[in-house]
Amino acid sequence: MDAERRSPQPDAAARHEADKQLARRRRARNWALLVVLVGLSVLFYAITIVKLKTQG
Amino acid sequence: MSGVTNGDGALEPVQPRIASETLFETAELRDWFALLKPRVMTLVVFTGLIGLVVAPGRLNPVLGFTAVLCIAVAAGACGAINMWYDRDIDALMHRTRNRPIPAGRIAPGEALGFGVTLAVAAIIIMGLAVNIAAASVLALSVAFYVFVYTMWLKRRTPQNIVIGGAAGAFPAVIGWAAVTGSVDVVPLILFAIVFFWTPPHFWSLALYANDDYRRANVPMLPVVAGAKETRRQILLYTLLLLPLSLAPWAIGFAGHVYAIITVALDVGFLVCVWRVVRDAQDATGVSLTGDAPARAAFRYSILYLFVLFAALAVDRLVG
Repeated sequence: MDAERRSPQPDAAARHEADKQLARRRRARNWALLVVLVGLSVLFYAITIVKLKTQG
Repeated sequence: MSGVTNGDGALEPVQPRIASETLFETAELRDWFALLKPRVMTLVVFTGLIGLVVAPGRLNPVLGFTAVLCIAVAAGACGAINMWYDRDIDALMHRTRNRPIPAGRIAPGEALGFGVTLAVAAIIIMGLAVNIAAASVLALSVAFYVFVYTMWLKRRTPQNIVIGGAAGAFPAVIGWAAVTGSVDVVPLILFAIVFFWTPPHFWSLALYANDDYRRANVPMLPVVAGAKETRRQILLYTLLLLPLSLAPWAIGFAGHVYAIITVALDVGFLVCVWRVVRDAQDATGVSLTGDAPARAAFRYSILYLFVLFAALAVDRLVG
């Protein structure tokens, strides 16, 4: 009985692992979005500078 | 049904967590990347880049990079929309059943939204940053791939990849238009080369993926007309391709370096295709070698287009 009480429930362990995976996937997706947004900002800035130079 | 009480104490239904939300949380980054069909994108980017490199004139490197990026993103968008539309037949084919949508990792609506967003963004950025001509051809190529090839031809006719092959032939024209702001005879020749290259390339694949296409009820030529006729058509289109491949040299756009490399490539392609035609087969045309020559022809066809376009670029840059 004591041993059962001390060890985590299988469901709880599985849920904990699933939550960890979910957090990892969210983190990866957020980092990817950050990279895309920063990349687009740099690209639009560079395009603006080129356009200003060629047209101005 | 589960519910919550509102201020009046009445029970209001709680919307169950919808599947798409669950899938959105399940998808890995690589699943979103897989939606873009990165291997197809490689060839599209390469031909677009070559169109840009060989075009007369000069484009600022930033704008050149933007043009190639827009071509790549639009090609990826087409892949995502194609996977959304073909999710039912993808689930039936060994080759495609592990794609993100049939495997249940991305919801169909999400894939469609992803694809449409990328396509529209790529076309708008191309138009604003590069020029309207390139953006127009890009929009035409996306529309052709999605509406003409994917939605109209693919499930209706064995000529699907012949006519649909035009979609894959556009990138070189887009690259050229990005630099010149117009389209003339040379990009049309490049278009024609990819157009006539597509049937031997795809039908070689279709020969050994025949069971998949039959199971999914996709009327690819080997399913509808049989392997023998497919081999004959592969030879026919290859014979049409060979003189076209020399057209840039014949009109004086490319030099002897290009001509020599192209003749060598053409001989290699013809040997590969001849082996496909002469493959050991039973009375119905089914290969007795596991379609080994068709597999080799498929691999060679990819190498052929890469080297041919690279030779054109080298010839133009050196010559």
